[in-house]
Amino acid sequence: MLDIKSLSIGFSSYSFGLKKHTVLAIRSLDLSVSKKEVLAVVGQSGAGKSLLAHALLGILPRNASLSGDLTFKGKKLTPKDMALLRGREIALIPQSMTYLNPLLKVGVQIARAAELSGVSPKASWKATLEALRRYRLEEKIARRFPFQLSGGMARRILTATATIGKADLILADEPTNGLDQATAGETLGHLRGLADAGKAVLLITHDIEAALSIADRVTVFCGGVTVEEARASDFNGSGKLRHPYSRALWDALPGRGFVKSLPARSPISSSGGCPFIFFCEKSTPLCEGSLPGIKNLNQGCVRCHHA
Amino acid sequence: MLEAKKVAFRYATDGPWLFQGLDIDIKPGEIVGLPGSSGKGKSTLAKTLAGYMKPHQGSIRIDGHPLQQKAFNPVQLLFQHPELAVNPRWKIKKLLAEAAAPSSDLLTELSIDESWMERYPHELSGGELQRVCLARALHPKTQYLLCDEMTSMLDALTQAIIWKAVLGIAKKRNLGLLVISHDSALISSLCRRTLDYFIQPV
Repeated sequence: MLDIKSLSIGFSSYSFGLKKHTVLAIRSLDLSVSKKEVLAVVGQSGAGKSLLAHALLGILPRNASLSGDLTFKGKKLTPKDMALLRGREIALIPQSMTYLNPLLKVGVQIARAAELSGVSPKASWKATLEALRRYRLEEKIARRFPFQLSGGMARRILTATATIGKADLILADEPTNGLDQATAGETLGHLRGLADAGKAVLLITHDIEAALSIADRVTVFCGGVTVEEARASDFNGSGKLRHPYSRALWDALPGRGFVKSLPARSPISSSGGCPFIFFCEKSTPLCEGSLPGIKNLNQGCVRCHHA
Repeated sequence: MLEAKKVAFRYATDGPWLFQGLDIDIKPGEIVGLPGSSGKGKSTLAKTLAGYMKPHQGSIRIDGHPLQQKAFNPVQLLFQHPELAVNPRWKIKKLLAEAAAPSSDLLTELSIDESWMERYPHELSGGELQRVCLARALHPKTQYLLCDEMTSMLDALTQAIIWKAVLGIAKKRNLGLLVISHDSALISSLCRRTLDYFIQPV
């Protein structure tokens, strides 16, 4: 369904006078997701996970530059296609409730999303109420403004706006953020259901446990590069993980090592070499100088000189 | 001690009570957990404890005195959405200095990079911005931190790094912490004591 090869995204800005410089937010990202599959993209916050979603929809700010190969349904994805496909074939569940229009009642916003994705205006209100029911929201919620909702309700509204249409690729950007376990589990279950019904789901999240509960495969993202691609079953504490960053991330879960398992140094680099260099016990001058290539290993892949 | 006695709150005058007759106390140096599912009023309780809203019944006192309106508030609140807690037109430098410029030690402890200072809030990630909010809240006069889903948008590693820094600072300054979270694993690894008011009986 979607295939991304060595994607990079940079932002240019003026530093001093007319001097222009570019900051690379995503250096090298590789992933692919096919239909009936949930691919989780997990990783450090600030690694550019949300940018990935914005890039696929073609809604990056104007000072952003993008390079790499994006293929959607076997065709190269151009900026023109993105504008046509977004909301129709590629839908986004955004990260925060600031994506809702604060001046419009939420029911109207869901209905509008339905109309934009091809539901007839007549049927859109009915579809809206159905969507609300699916997420266990009462009908009166449709007449509320976003500020009258709790964080969890707002999240369910955002999910409803994205899934009401007929999109084949769902980009879920942190759909379970700030939800209690029961509601989060329900949202995730719904995403799994969408995948089982033949859609492709790209689940962008920082919450590994949530991701593992529904994902088929996991792509681990750190400092602007993909460092590992693993099967969800590899995250089981038996040392199957290929990259030291994936292992550190897994060990830092509150239910596991939490603060006790932290490596001594914390900042993560985004210069030329491996993004995990300051953390890694195995780092060598080689890691500092060059970004490792992607290697296939044990039915997954990893980007590490030492793997 | 930050103490709330028999507090009650509701949004509409004829609406349902979010909480009623609720007692909570946080001693300096103590970490109290507040678990519960979404939409139950955990954040509203935090806002009343921090003096943003007045409870309809009951009282909130610090060491026996009511909260002062015209002085630095020793109870600081950290929100679930840091992007909504900052002025979007202020640069990070100005945000951090809103109460008083934070010491460089604090900035290092929270790994706040010098290069962020000239950026605007939307140019930082959620985790980075949350650390900025944390540095802003950790004024020398702060005695209590109410962390409302403070790390729920962060990855496990960043979450552990932030909590390690917060626990270190809290211990050093003898701060009282209230940890609001739906993540029971996080609460049980951080807190000795929890207030189970918002947990629904099954």
